[in-house]
Amino acid sequence: MLLYKRQTTVKKQRPVNLALSTIQFPAPAIASILHRITGVIMLVALVFLTWALVTSLQSEQQFNWVSSLMDTFLAKFIAWGILTALGYHLLAGLRHLVMDMGHWEELQSGKLSAKVAMVLAIVLSVLAGVWLW
Amino acid sequence: MVRVASTFGRSGTHDYVLVRATAIILTLYALFMVGFFVATPEVTYQVWTGLFANLWVKVFTLLAYTAVLIHGWIGIWQVLTDYVKKSSRRAFVQLVVSVALIVMWLTILFVLWGV
Ligand code: HEM
Ligand code: HEM
Repeated sequence: MLLYKRQTTVKKQRPVNLALSTIQFPAPAIASILHRITGVIMLVALVFLTWALVTSLQSEQQFNWVSSLMDTFLAKFIAWGILTALGYHLLAGLRHLVMDMGHWEELQSGKLSAKVAMVLAIVLSVLAGVWLW
Repeated sequence: MVRVASTFGRSGTHDYVLVRATAIILTLYALFMVGFFVATPEVTYQVWTGLFANLWVKVFTLLAYTAVLIHGWIGIWQVLTDYVKKSSRRAFVQLVVSVALIVMWLTILFVLWGV
């Protein structure tokens, strides 16, 4: 029964390309998936940020504890990762808003703005690293 | 299969507008926070609690958490509806994320209350 149904609903045998490494991803495609990945990263990051905010506001001891945690490489590295994700998600998000208003939607401008967003995000990421360390 | 084209708002269009509106609030709050850390030479407990003692900082912070609740709720829904095909599994992950967002919202509310 099930087999029969499947055969009638899928009419064409469509080609499947599993050689993923041979597919070229244009800049806007990379910009898009990075925006998605950084969005999910920010959701996870929110747990850390909320924890740090809540703990640091409880008492002076707890504040100093979190503060000393921030001196460790791991915490700085996490903070750097969060800032990098935030910077990219924010820039690509602003690009989204501009595109929603009808700009940068041509092939040329779409590619350029995707690249600009990614380059600016790298600059922000380096600045965040310099600032934290 | 995805049967309903929206999760938080009344329609897909409503969801779309909510994501954009909350994105702007989150941008402003992120700039504010980074600006605070950059402009403050040494963040001590007194400075930190002094900041959150301001009524407008409490309001702004709660506003940002409200924004991220809505933004993250719709955001994870968009991701899940693309990749998780099984409805029960999708509903489960959505529930976990949504409850986590609500718990964080409530936690921040009560913590800010006491500062
Ligand atoms: C967007 C992400 C983050 C930013 C902007 C950030 C940046 C900073 C900076 C530069 C300071 C000042 C350090 C000092 O003056 O001694 C600080 C302090 C602090 N960090 Fe982070 N960090 C971030 C994420 C985190 C994470 C993941 C944790 C937890 C491990 C954390 C916990 C804290 C707390 C509660 C303070 C209290 C203020 C202080 O001690 O100065 N932060 N943060
Ligand atoms: C803690 C903060 C944030 C979190 C947790 C977060 C999370 C997410 C997630 C999970 C998505 C769904 C991604 C997708 O469907 O591909 C998303 C979408 C989006 N985010 Fe954020 N975000 C945050 C901050 C921001 C900021 C500051 C902006 C600033 C412009 C922004 C702009 C957007 C936009 C425009 C979309 C919609 C993209 C689309 O329709 O495809 N977000 N966000």
